[in-house]
Amino acid sequence: MTLTLNIFTIVAVSAGSFFFMAGTIGLLRFPDTMTRLHALTKVDNLGLGLIVFGLLPRAEGPLGALKLLCIWVFVQLSGAIVSQLVAQLARRDGQQR
Amino acid sequence: MTPPFILEIAFVILILAIAVGTLVARAAFTAVLLFMIYGLLIAIAWVRLSAVDVALTEAAIGGGLTGMLLLGAVARLRESEGSGEEPGLPTLLAAGTLCVLVSAALGTLVLSRPEVAPSLAPMVMDNLAQSALGNPVAAVLFVFRAFDTLLEKVVLLLALIGVWSLAPDRAWGGVPGLRLYAEPSSILVFLAQLLPPIGIMIGIYMFWTGASYPGGAFQGGTVLAAMWLLVMIARLQPVPAISLRRIRLLLVVGPVIFVAIGLLGFVVADAFLAYPADYAKPLIITAEATLTLSIGVTLGLLVAGPPDRIPQP
Repeated sequence: MTLTLNIFTIVAVSAGSFFFMAGTIGLLRFPDTMTRLHALTKVDNLGLGLIVFGLLPRAEGPLGALKLLCIWVFVQLSGAIVSQLVAQLARRDGQQR
Repeated sequence: MTPPFILEIAFVILILAIAVGTLVARAAFTAVLLFMIYGLLIAIAWVRLSAVDVALTEAAIGGGLTGMLLLGAVARLRESEGSGEEPGLPTLLAAGTLCVLVSAALGTLVLSRPEVAPSLAPMVMDNLAQSALGNPVAAVLFVFRAFDTLLEKVVLLLALIGVWSLAPDRAWGGVPGLRLYAEPSSILVFLAQLLPPIGIMIGIYMFWTGASYPGGAFQGGTVLAAMWLLVMIARLQPVPAISLRRIRLLLVVGPVIFVAIGLLGFVVADAFLAYPADYAKPLIITAEATLTLSIGVTLGLLVAGPPDRIPQP
């Protein structure tokens, strides 16, 4: 049982780290603001999501698991809203030019 | 070398790289962003050193509020740009000499540390039971070194008075011209409606849990200040005039209660800021609760900046 859980954690956290890496490469390599934002949201949703998912079996009781999930939800929330704000600003500046 | 050790070395190199980046960045805006990243990385470093209380403060102040203050300063500098004068040779020389002196002094201090680091930690842990608190950091702040904590809060007020004294005469007692970082848009208003209830709860929780676990008045107050600023930036609530009596009351209530409890120490215990044995915890919680409120309002107004307009009646 422990071995299965360990393998699950390793696989999920590694997959999450992969999305972090992919998102970082996207942020550095993509040509404009919108596509870069697209790369960043993948990090928030899938990258952090998979890492939190993988850490859930290791949480200290249900309260610890709930805290982990809350972290994910809040990062998603702030990420989504900041992306919207940046995108709005980028669109406005683009129209002015 | 074990793998975690290599990771830590890599982390330290990353921190140093960000620090160098902050120094060599040509644009003020870039430097401020790098400085905020630096603050967050330092916070992670404090967690690695098991100093969670310090990490929370660093993340809230170093990564958050200081960043906001500096961004406000950058915005203000941008307006006044265009004088474009290069500093003269004497100025450059003086600045360079000062930098070298400060670096040399710091370097000497860091490199000539004593063999065994002086530590009061064992004494704190021995006497922790007497303090009625479970968190040794809170015990140091409110019991063993309460006077330092009191002075810190007063310094915070002095800083706010310093900011206010930058106000032009005609605007004295008016409304701070909070620097707006974004045009209020529907999405920002949404965030400012959604987040404060959760944020206020977390702020109060941080102060409450501070008695036994990492947390405390400063961290909680910073979260409260952030929520207040969010609501003001989204223009859901107007920025208050600094002459309002209730604002002034909120600013001083924490330090005043703290001083009052301190003076009470003369009567019921035997010294300034000494707590009577049976009532130590309720008194500390009272002081901390009011301080949390005062710190929140002080930090919020610090970021809001000096008043620059008189409210329309």
